[in-house]
Amino acid sequence: MITTLNMYQTVLPEAVNIWFKAAHISKFPKNGGACIKYKDKQIAIFNFARENTWYACQNLCPHKMEMVLSRGIIGEENSEPKVACPLHKSTFSLKTGDNLNGTLDPIATYPVKIENDFVYVGFSE
Amino acid sequence: MKTIIVVGNGMVGYKFCEKFVAKANSDQFKLIVFGEEPREAYDRVHLSEFFEDGNADRLSLAPRSWYDENDITLCTNERVINIDSTNKTIDTSKGNTVTYDQLVIATGSVPFVPPIRGVEKKGVFVYRTIEDLEETLAYAETIKGGKAAILGGGLLGLEAAKAVMDMGLEANVVEFAPKLMPRQLDTRSSKVLQVKLESMGINIHLSKATNQILGNGKITGMEFGEDDMLDVDMLVISAGIRPRDELGKSTGLAMGTRGGIIVNNKMQTSDPNIFAIGEVALYNEMIYGLVAPGYEMAQVAVDQILEEKETVMASSIDMSTKLKLIGVDVASFGVPFMPTAKGHSIIFENKTQSLYKRINVSHDGKKLLGGILVGDASDYNMLLQLYQNEMPLPENPEALIIGSRGEGEASFGSAMDLPDTAVVCSCEAVTKGAICCSVLEDGNETVKAVAKDTKAGTGCGGCKPMVVDLITESLKTIGKTVKERICEHFDYSRQELFDIVKLREVDNFDELIDLAGSGHGCEVCKPAVAAIFASIYNETANRQNTIQDTNDRYLANIQRNGTYSVVPRVAGGEITPKQLMALGRIAQKYDLYTKITGGQRIDMFGAKLHELPLIWEELIKEGFETGQAYGKSLRTVKSCVGSTWCRYGMDESVSFAVEIEHRYKGIRSPHKFKGGVSGCIRECAEARGKDFGFIAVEGGWNVYVGGNGGANPKHAELLAEKVDKETAIKYVDRFIMFYIKTAQPLQRTAPWLDKLEGGITYLQNIVINDSLGIADELDREMQALVDSYKCEWKEAVETPEIRERYTHFVNSEETDNNIEFVSLRDQKMPKQWA
Repeated sequence: MITTLNMYQTVLPEAVNIWFKAAHISKFPKNGGACIKYKDKQIAIFNFARENTWYACQNLCPHKMEMVLSRGIIGEENSEPKVACPLHKSTFSLKTGDNLNGTLDPIATYPVKIENDFVYVGFSE
Repeated sequence: MKTIIVVGNGMVGYKFCEKFVAKANSDQFKLIVFGEEPREAYDRVHLSEFFEDGNADRLSLAPRSWYDENDITLCTNERVINIDSTNKTIDTSKGNTVTYDQLVIATGSVPFVPPIRGVEKKGVFVYRTIEDLEETLAYAETIKGGKAAILGGGLLGLEAAKAVMDMGLEANVVEFAPKLMPRQLDTRSSKVLQVKLESMGINIHLSKATNQILGNGKITGMEFGEDDMLDVDMLVISAGIRPRDELGKSTGLAMGTRGGIIVNNKMQTSDPNIFAIGEVALYNEMIYGLVAPGYEMAQVAVDQILEEKETVMASSIDMSTKLKLIGVDVASFGVPFMPTAKGHSIIFENKTQSLYKRINVSHDGKKLLGGILVGDASDYNMLLQLYQNEMPLPENPEALIIGSRGEGEASFGSAMDLPDTAVVCSCEAVTKGAICCSVLEDGNETVKAVAKDTKAGTGCGGCKPMVVDLITESLKTIGKTVKERICEHFDYSRQELFDIVKLREVDNFDELIDLAGSGHGCEVCKPAVAAIFASIYNETANRQNTIQDTNDRYLANIQRNGTYSVVPRVAGGEITPKQLMALGRIAQKYDLYTKITGGQRIDMFGAKLHELPLIWEELIKEGFETGQAYGKSLRTVKSCVGSTWCRYGMDESVSFAVEIEHRYKGIRSPHKFKGGVSGCIRECAEARGKDFGFIAVEGGWNVYVGGNGGANPKHAELLAEKVDKETAIKYVDRFIMFYIKTAQPLQRTAPWLDKLEGGITYLQNIVINDSLGIADELDREMQALVDSYKCEWKEAVETPEIRERYTHFVNSEETDNNIEFVSLRDQKMPKQWA
């Protein structure tokens, strides 16, 4: 399981080598998320329509190692965009990946861009 | 690096460790703890709670990992058997020898077992450790419905009496003294407590000296004197404590004549490198059998060892206590009772309400010396503060216990009148000043935030009301008011938001947050608003799926590994063989784990997200509809078989249950709600354990509301008696609708009714007598919900856009390869969490 967790490392915009074409924007509910697969990775993508921003992070919740974050409710706490894990409501910043209501390790986040109505996620490899 | 050995891992030993590692210079020491019990330190004070669910972990003070994280070596199951104070080493029961620089003895005490003939007989127990309780519990199982005695009518003895009652045995408290709790209560208050306990079914036997325990091998009774006997099947001894001081004796430390290791105000024994704390220590010629002084001793020992020499034990130790004994408030503080030479007493007694209040005031009427409260201890915190801080008393000190007359002013102002040095939370030694400072200077505005910052209220929790007052009052001084609000995004209570949605006819989240809130919402307000929309418009969770909690969003209950469970409605628990076979066939086809639920239906576990619409398509084809097991909505109406089959049945409980379950199905509410219908007072459907319940009696139905099982079980209260079915339904319609409109998010009917001012009488007035003139409106609103029901799963499988949501990846047909199952008794279960 720990190896699964190690698969996910934050990719900063300047480190992007591959822009992966994930899916059409219609596949992602407004102000909600959906999960995509890239190689062996599961990535949660959120369409934060109220902010007109997109975010991506690992789908794996580091608390109990389940692939569920894409099904969580998104929102904001003191203007920090966040996702709440549907299993036990651990919340993570969608910007930094930090655990906002506990002491879990941060989750990995990924850059997102939209081109011609398609969602692209940035990876380094 | 120096080594400190702690002998004993009880509450005080643990507190020593906690306080020690919190100190900055503690990392220059190696801490080793020995405990003879098999588990980590646990909370003995709340031992009787162990009976409620048998879960020892709940009492645990810190998991083993806590010791690891703080570099403390914890050796459980290992007793220290010898101390060599010359060479500074100890020997353990496992044959280890360890060298120390300083040693802390925190071995606590053992229950005192009086030398009564026959005390070794089977069925005689003491009340001290989890192991004691487990043995007692196992024995109680063998004498179900029998009689048990508790020897000792002190604090712990009465706790034990409650435990014995919870085991389903008749409780008899046997006390040597002529009154209960002889150390804390005077004769009159003891009598008030006695009458109250007797009304609850506990028998009290006072002034009884037990001569011998009767029985051949196992206990059958107790003999007090000639022809004075009590037949019992079990005896729990709770006759006080004796310090566990063998190590002190064998080491040659100075000892008290009646036991206990003598310590000075630095908690040092006669050997300056050996400290003793807690119930093993004899300080001021006394053993202190309470947690708070033990914690104070731990603090003193920590500071002394770390060379903060100015911390010493106070010369007189406060023995004030407040507790809830079997649901009855009992408190005493300062000098509870005393001769008139020292001061005057003001006493208020009301036996009809089991109330007794006494305060002792100095002759000049200026100072509070102590007091006793039985039945209502809500004034305890204030009185204790007045006493501890030697604050001046009001002109008419009686106002302190019977309330002031006339202006309606509170008799002792507010908590804000206390000096900043007043200790509000005695468990964690947090002062009023620290709490107010946390609010005013560090910006903590909630009880949770202040508790995190200062630790106030995190011990016994008794000071919480006062902490709340201090926070509220501090905020007021800077012009802020505290109100119940949903979260940072909506500055309204649920009830206010409900009215806004209704009046402004808002029906989507974005519109509502732009109109009445701020920001973009969160996981607290989104589902709360979704529930309000559902209650007003009866819209299904499918329309605004991203504001729903995950269970509502996918119309199924998420389980441990991210798979879901499926529960079709089986109204009233009535199901045909054909339907049963259909469920079996479908569960087998999708390889689902099946189990009968507590609500008389069938739960099918292990469905992957993409399988849910496929499973439901088949279920709907077989005539099933959604059971809303995932929603904050009606779950089930449980029924017994009733007069259709049962020879005792007074009416058709199944028919009623089926009808009422179909009536309320699909209705969203602040929290889940459940019903029950029993055909007679034997109550096989457990209707009184539900949010609403009907019980058939001669001449109609009795209607109960506001019960639940779960973490805080509560019996429902009687709303109406012997009414016909139509009336019963009408009353419950109005009750549910009123609850839906006024409760807080995730508040079940029991706590809602608890908080409702005027309680069940007020509710009866609204529901039966229409005192608010809203009965018609409630009726209309309920009927509208009933009339607009639709099965949301039917809607989901028939609508392609909704169906599309049920896929793990939106860019791949593959399924989640992270899900792993293992086999379990011919079925499957998720692989254990790592």
